[in-house]
Amino acid sequence: MRPLIARRSVPAMPQATADPAPSKLRYRITRLWLTPAFRKVLHIGTPMLALFACITWYASDADRVAAITDAAYEIRREIEDRPEFRVNVLGIDGASDQVTEEVRAALALDLPMSSFDLDLEDLRARLEALPAIRSADLRVQSGGYLAVRSDERSPAALWLTHDGLSVVDREGHFIGGFGTRELDGPLPVIAGEGANLAVPEALSLIAIARPLGDRLHGLVRMGERRWDVVLTDGSRVLLPETGAQSALNRVLALHDVGEILDRDVSIVDLRNPARLTVRLTEPALDELRRIRELALQHQTGDTAG
Amino acid sequence: MTTLLYHSQRAMRAKRQEAMRRGVIAVLDIGTFKVACLVLRFDGGEISDEGIGALAGQSNFRVIGAATTRSRGVKFGEIDTVHETERAIRTAVQAAQKMAGARVDHVIVSLSGARPRSYGLSGEVELQTGAVEDADIGRVLAMCDMPDIGQGREVLHAQPVNFALDHRTGLSDPRGHVGNKLSVDMHLLSVDAAAIETLLYCVIRCDLELAGVASAPYVAARASLVEDEQELGATCIDLGAGATSLSIFMKKHMIFADTVRMGGAHVTRDISQGLQIPVDHAERIKTKFGGLIATGLDDREIIELEGETGDWHHDRRTVSRAELIGVMRPRMEEILEEVRVRLDAAGFEHLPSQRIVLTGGGSQIPGLDGLASRILGNQVRLGRPMRVAGLPQTAYGSAFAACVGLALFAASPQDEWWDFDLPADSMPARSLRRAVKWFRDNW
Repeated sequence: MRPLIARRSVPAMPQATADPAPSKLRYRITRLWLTPAFRKVLHIGTPMLALFACITWYASDADRVAAITDAAYEIRREIEDRPEFRVNVLGIDGASDQVTEEVRAALALDLPMSSFDLDLEDLRARLEALPAIRSADLRVQSGGYLAVRSDERSPAALWLTHDGLSVVDREGHFIGGFGTRELDGPLPVIAGEGANLAVPEALSLIAIARPLGDRLHGLVRMGERRWDVVLTDGSRVLLPETGAQSALNRVLALHDVGEILDRDVSIVDLRNPARLTVRLTEPALDELRRIRELALQHQTGDTAG
Repeated sequence: MTTLLYHSQRAMRAKRQEAMRRGVIAVLDIGTFKVACLVLRFDGGEISDEGIGALAGQSNFRVIGAATTRSRGVKFGEIDTVHETERAIRTAVQAAQKMAGARVDHVIVSLSGARPRSYGLSGEVELQTGAVEDADIGRVLAMCDMPDIGQGREVLHAQPVNFALDHRTGLSDPRGHVGNKLSVDMHLLSVDAAAIETLLYCVIRCDLELAGVASAPYVAARASLVEDEQELGATCIDLGAGATSLSIFMKKHMIFADTVRMGGAHVTRDISQGLQIPVDHAERIKTKFGGLIATGLDDREIIELEGETGDWHHDRRTVSRAELIGVMRPRMEEILEEVRVRLDAAGFEHLPSQRIVLTGGGSQIPGLDGLASRILGNQVRLGRPMRVAGLPQTAYGSAFAACVGLALFAASPQDEWWDFDLPADSMPARSLRRAVKWFRDNW
């Protein structure tokens, strides 16, 4: 028979644990560890510091740094020297043969070379420093081809200065000394200080003066403001500051009608467009005086006689 | 001395505000049996459309860490062995911090023992302007004549309970009312200064800052009494291990608090003595089989008293549950009788409502409500603390009433005397002296 009296047993008593209190140090460390600023410093600051220290230690030895830079340079060199990046051919467009030679000399490229070593901007500056080149465009094209497209200055006139004859283009830029380059044909001669600054006007005047043919010697800039047309016999047409073309047209018209330039005049002065003045040559003036005297004598003789 | 107290309490309040701003604060209940620590996170309680937050604004915090440890060095709710208690506090705080994952710097502590004594104060002041203003409240509070609380006593709570204007009484907030004479009833609770100083020493040794001290019966009642009980009047009896504290609430204010320096630990000790078993064993038997009202069935329920003494007969003793009840009941009766005496002294029978709420770890003894209703009156119920957000299940129970109450106290403290500005005329000499001192120090 099972016992009627319930005997309840107490479960075994748990062993009282030792004092679970944290030590003061441990407590403080835990609190410190729970401080957000401290955690941040530890989590971010310490690795950064360690990294910085490592780098500083490594970089403190010059040999190691040199080895690293050498290795990096070597790798870079290897990549740059690959045939894909090599420039083999220099092609120059838009320049005469002579200028082409000048360009080639100015670039002074030691081909083949890596396209990384080409400083296109510097090369372009060097080309544009050449007097004969107005602008240049350089680009590395596929197949190792360095294309140079240059815009050459075209000679427009010869400019006579104290130093000699020089070739200038329409904008008056110096291209070269006379005789240094082949010219396509005869060029008009201009002279005088500041003549190069008014080349287009000079060219238009010369175009107008074409009927004079070989008699035209050249144009002289006077006082950097107006032109004199100098003919082969030394006579001059003084053109005004403004309206030079119409003045010259007028002179040519006078020449057509009265052959004014074939006569004994040294200067046709149109500086004042309202009044055309003519200076005779010395003999013509003497002759005029003689004729006038004769005319006067004759007249007085008549009166006397 | 009063101004010194005023300033120290104000400093404590400022620390509490700072902790609230920082968002994390810990509450620490140093009991005789356990040390419990809750870590609260305040997240600036969102106010709903009605202008009042959920749970009447008590849900603006969340418990993010909770830990309990066996208490050491505490007797009758007072710190007895400082270093032992400090270690217990460290254990609890560290575990709670670990659970919360946050460092806690400010702590609010409850004080269950320390011989609290209640005083009823009243002050009266003539109003200068017609209507009551903030300054008038500070003035009338300062007019309360300080009772002789005795040497080595400190004021723990000083709460204005009731305002009266002329012959209208029962005003909870007299500001804006028009009258001639404003009078106030204030409840002042004084405790042993040595207990507070020891507590402060312990807290400082744990690298914490004290952001407030509250009386354990007060906070336990805050947690256990429901709102209408607080309003209509009720007594909360916190049956702790070392001390049984009681507080009477009326109109949502504590009007009386006292402590009986007996508790569950004495029951355990009685069992240990009466049945000749170790205290640990007695505690286990008490919690597993304890009771207060014996029935016929209890005679047949035999509890084995196992021991390790080596004496075979001594180690194989058994005891019936009725005998255990017979050991426990007289002590509980004595405690409740003592409580009855205190209540009678406070004039509890004259209050309109005679409700009694039993809380604390000791209230879990089966049959206590029956025994208490025979001694204290028939409106007795067992109280459990209010639920607060995030409180783990292990920390939910009547043993944690003071702990939860501390959390509520931290979240929404009631007005104390030191929350109001002192009238300017009561401190001119002192401030003048301070100004002179400042000049001397700086020039």
